[in-house]
Amino acid sequence: MSTFLGMPTTAPRGVGHLRGDRTFPEAARDALKNDQLRRNLRHATTTIRGKSGKVIAELPDWQSLRDAGSAIKAGVLAQLPELLEQLEARVTEAGGVVHWAADANEANAIVTGLVRQTGSDRVIKVKSMATQEIGLNEALEAAGITPVETDLAELIVQLGHDKPSHILVPAIHRNRSEIRDIFLRAMPGVDPALTDDPPVLAAAARRYLRETFLSTTVAVSGANFAIADTGTLGVVESEGNGRMCLTLPDTLITVMGIEKVLPTWRDLEVFLQLLPRSSTGERMNPYTTMWTGVTPGDGPQKFHLVLLDNGRTAVLSDPAGRQALHCIRCSACLNVCPVYERTGGHSYGSVYPGPIGAVLSPQLTGVADNASLPYASSLCGACFDACPVKIDIPSLLVHLRNRVRHPAAERAAMAAAAYTMDRPKLYASAQRAAKLARIAGRRGRGLPPPLSGWTAGRDLPEFPKQTFRDWWAERASHPEPASHPEPASHPERAEET
Amino acid sequence: MSSRELILDRVRAALRDAPVVAEAPRDYRPAGAAPPDLDVLVDRLVDYKAEVHRVASAEVAATVAGLVAEGGAVLVPPGLPEMWRPEGAFADDGLAPDRIAAADAVLTAAAVAVAETGTIVLDASPDQGRRVISLLPDVHVIVLRPDQVVASVPDAIARLDGRRPLTWISGPSATSDIELNRVEGVHGPRHLHVLLLTDG
Ligand code: SF4
Repeated sequence: MSTFLGMPTTAPRGVGHLRGDRTFPEAARDALKNDQLRRNLRHATTTIRGKSGKVIAELPDWQSLRDAGSAIKAGVLAQLPELLEQLEARVTEAGGVVHWAADANEANAIVTGLVRQTGSDRVIKVKSMATQEIGLNEALEAAGITPVETDLAELIVQLGHDKPSHILVPAIHRNRSEIRDIFLRAMPGVDPALTDDPPVLAAAARRYLRETFLSTTVAVSGANFAIADTGTLGVVESEGNGRMCLTLPDTLITVMGIEKVLPTWRDLEVFLQLLPRSSTGERMNPYTTMWTGVTPGDGPQKFHLVLLDNGRTAVLSDPAGRQALHCIRCSACLNVCPVYERTGGHSYGSVYPGPIGAVLSPQLTGVADNASLPYASSLCGACFDACPVKIDIPSLLVHLRNRVRHPAAERAAMAAAAYTMDRPKLYASAQRAAKLARIAGRRGRGLPPPLSGWTAGRDLPEFPKQTFRDWWAERASHPEPASHPEPASHPERAEET
Repeated sequence: MSSRELILDRVRAALRDAPVVAEAPRDYRPAGAAPPDLDVLVDRLVDYKAEVHRVASAEVAATVAGLVAEGGAVLVPPGLPEMWRPEGAFADDGLAPDRIAAADAVLTAAAVAVAETGTIVLDASPDQGRRVISLLPDVHVIVLRPDQVVASVPDAIARLDGRRPLTWISGPSATSDIELNRVEGVHGPRHLHVLLLTDG
């Protein structure tokens, strides 16, 4: 019985945000009609690609850092049981309490119970993918507890009764004038003369949240990493809302996926270089807070760490698929993806959008529940090129496509093919970029926009040398496709470039 | 079966193929690879909208006084060197958050600074104080000794003790949430001044 119980299990249905209501092609078709959305996305992703490419080019050892980051993460997964036990021991020694949550329901119950014990009916929250994944806000609200999102983008999403559409910048689909309109409509006490100048919008959020920060006694956070040999947790952020939540309240509850543990303090020297340059395109993000258990007289005096499985062990059980757990949630793969740039994050249905979402969500839920996502890609390879921990997303997509072959998936693939074929322009440019990348070899330069910001100092992709169209054409003529695409033997047709 | 045992069993079952993983290659620039360059630090700080003042230790108090309005209240941690304190400064002795927030500025020392990224790390030593005091006031002034500056992130990691509460600061509070452009000034201090000592 215990071996049966102990089998890796996917994330349960009916809770959290890993499954969309519609397939990717259905949702994408609507998004493609929204010109404003596409303009906002293009502007934002172009900006970030440029910034990121510039600061990555400053580091002469970027490729070595990527190699180290990738290998450290592989090592983490291989010794995950020992690392989790070590982390638990260190956190406990330092005055923290460690909880284990097998799935979203259990995590929500643990956090809700802990908040209830404090007597508070409100929590302040730092942006965290894990708590969005498990639908914690809904669970808290059902228990009569108000969760207040304090990250500016999350606040925009919450006030706009909207959904996040990007890992790092959940309101990336909104431009400044839309944000102003949301604030005017939904932010209590806002100055009616509010302009859409970004510093003015930021100042409005500062005023609005100050009192809440000072009067709320419980905070809920995620974590970017946890160090097994010291018990240290870290949150990387920009605005200072993270510092507020991690410093001011009496009680801090952190929800973290089990794959986020790192073996040693020294490993941070790699990830603190990889993460900011890949995510916000900064040499370093404005603030990073690190804490170990409880420090008497400084910060929260009660600390709870909730370690979350929720399908991660199912991902781990696939030797090919497990590299998706290397992800440090930098969102670089979203920002270079021609599909994401056109369809936006909502089309993916899950809190994890873009290329990483297309491989992670179906593995967390089981491929049957997200069958169209592995098709939400042209396999152009830009994501692999951009990923700071070298996750081979294109190969993973192909792997997942081959894991589920039933009528629904076929229909989804057909629909995806149809809409990409219908709108060839951006695909052509992505495919041209990918082709140039192949020609240029390991250290090419001069990829055309939108990928130009990414080429400096990066390895060009070692992805399956076959485009979506080639793959589809081949698949249509052979009902049982090869498990891994062979290199395309013919040059791309002229009209594709 | 507890969830702890359940999850650990699942992880072990998932790793049945016993992946063998080689030691991670660390061919990147390690700690100690290069000496710090103060000019690079200043350049990076200014690039992220911090204001840098190069002053002697004896000039710290007057410089800080000049940064706040006449009669402005400057908060300091209990262990700040006496000679740095501007006249009328008040020390944190477990002040309530609203008292801290009412200060016009906070003046602290630092633990380490990273030239390559323009980052200053506070480790809550007595000359830096509790984390909250450098968070709520709108102006944060940091005094930095040249021997606290290192070249790179690996250098900083080698110097720091991960078990202390650490705050890594790179410029004033900022956001990239509006159209992905960096905008200074959200919840943390909106103004960051760095007093880089010329006499160590
Ligand atoms: S898959 Fe790689 S590029 Fe994408 S978010 Fe994760 S770490 Fe970043």
